[in-house]
Amino acid sequence: MLEAVAQNLVFGILLGALYGLAAVGIAMVFGVTKFLNVAHGELLMFGGYACYWLFNLLDLDPFLSLPLTILFLLLIGVILYQLLFVRMVKLPEEEKIKNTMLIGFGLTLILQNTALLLWTADDRGITTSYSGAAFTLLGVRFPYVRVVGLVISLVCLFALQQFLRRTYTGKAIRATVEDWEAASLVGIDIHKVYLISFLLGTALAGVAGALVSVSYSVEPSMGMHWTLKSLIVMVLGGVGNFMGTFVGGILLGATESATAFLIGGNYRQVVGLVLFLLILIFRPQGLFGTKER
Amino acid sequence: MRSLQIIFIVLLIIILACLPMVIEKDSTINLVILIFLYIILASSWNILGGYTGQTSLGHAAFFGMGALATRLLWTRGFPILPSILAGGLLAVVFALLIGAPAFRLKGVYFAIGTLALAQILNVTVGNVLPEIAALPVEELTAYQLMPRYYLFLGLTIIVVGGAYALVNSRFGLGMMAVREQEEAAESLGVSALQHKLLALGISAFFTGLAGGAFAYYHVSYYFQFTFTPVWSLDMLTMVYIGGTGTILGPIIGAVFFVVLKEFLVLNVGEYHLIIFGVLFVLVVLFLPGGIVSAWKKIRDAFIRRAKLDGNKLSRR
Repeated sequence: MLEAVAQNLVFGILLGALYGLAAVGIAMVFGVTKFLNVAHGELLMFGGYACYWLFNLLDLDPFLSLPLTILFLLLIGVILYQLLFVRMVKLPEEEKIKNTMLIGFGLTLILQNTALLLWTADDRGITTSYSGAAFTLLGVRFPYVRVVGLVISLVCLFALQQFLRRTYTGKAIRATVEDWEAASLVGIDIHKVYLISFLLGTALAGVAGALVSVSYSVEPSMGMHWTLKSLIVMVLGGVGNFMGTFVGGILLGATESATAFLIGGNYRQVVGLVLFLLILIFRPQGLFGTKER
Repeated sequence: MRSLQIIFIVLLIIILACLPMVIEKDSTINLVILIFLYIILASSWNILGGYTGQTSLGHAAFFGMGALATRLLWTRGFPILPSILAGGLLAVVFALLIGAPAFRLKGVYFAIGTLALAQILNVTVGNVLPEIAALPVEELTAYQLMPRYYLFLGLTIIVVGGAYALVNSRFGLGMMAVREQEEAAESLGVSALQHKLLALGISAFFTGLAGGAFAYYHVSYYFQFTFTPVWSLDMLTMVYIGGTGTILGPIIGAVFFVVLKEFLVLNVGEYHLIIFGVLFVLVVLFLPGGIVSAWKKIRDAFIRRAKLDGNKLSRR
């Protein structure tokens, strides 16, 4: 009994790390640019497919092909940004959020149905020679691929944090979040900052998608589900605090498994949504966020 | 309203009422019913989303509630009209229950919050009632298209007329004031929460009625189907394509939406949703006021040219 509970929790946490990673991507974009890209889940789906095809057609190991997946997503990101999102930069904040959300919905339709046409509605997952392997600790199974997924998520998070803290561009991004007008007055190129933040978001979506396709599976209509999860986690953790966001993801994963275990798998999705609404209503700054200035 | 407009509207209603007598094909009648349904949905959404400025992504919940209540009551022997009314009222009760907490959320959080709420219902209904809502045999044999057609026509008139009366009332002005700037509206004594709640209630009521009519019209569907987020997104799409915050916008948007979709499905098949996505993005980017505003722009351009020509003439 105890082992079953622990097993459930571990699986929940491992899945939650991917929620966290996906959410850090959407929060990165939203925090800096105030673009609410609701097609984030679709970008994640494309990342998953990229990884899947690299493995199936070129026999590339899904973990080693991550740079290629990222490259592919960056390409999509640049196209989307230059074609659509760049027009939103100058709008006032409220309008910006609303319009990017609407554009995001249009993109959802486009990307989801493109994937459906290209790759059919089949569920696809990557099965490597080591996919089934796991180590056991205290009677709890840890599948290698999922643990590596957690590690890669943490590495991405750490790299992102160092980038924002130590590099010039990272500092420019943080300055823009604080006050974009002041930032542009001291010579920071706002357009560049926005583009880089947007691309960081798409790249993170790509990594998350690749990890999903290795440990679970991908299909064209998964986007909405992942966008919702990312939004839930972003709100859970509070915007502008990536560590908090990531922990929020793990928390959601764990809560979901607990619900699946106690009430039944059918209500997995509901508990996250209920949690989300409660937090929105009673603690809009997020679990780990600080109150707005 | 000018008397010319009134005459036009009365004529249009008479033509629509006579339409089934002229048209033999059931498929055409079904298409017109579909257009009515979408006009009702778009106009209802517009009351809250267009006039009051609260972008809801959860209207599928109201539609589903209306359909669910109506279907359950009607198939258990209740007369259809009270059943539909009950569906609308259930949607209102639900809307007001969620309204108070939801309106504590501003802007985008309201949008996502309503989406989350609708998803909760969607999943729960799918779990509790996984079966198909099929009609009992006696209803199936008695099924006729005509009463459905007139029900939808009547509802369309009620909802569009209701929306028109609402936005031209004192309360409607209050709604628009809240949309433009909440703080300013409050400072003039317009209670933002009160206006938002009433707009939500009316919007949900109409959407619930549409759900009820849908439950009466559709022979068999999954109970969950009416709760899927597609409905909410369709409403939003239609209103944006037509023009938010106008009476004509949702009507034009709905007609355009249904006819174009039908055309695309027949001609390009699987590609139709992609084309729709592209179209929607283009409207958001380049035509923020929707088709209605494009029409206005063209008309203004013509008037300006006519005036210029007139000036030239008078100068001679």
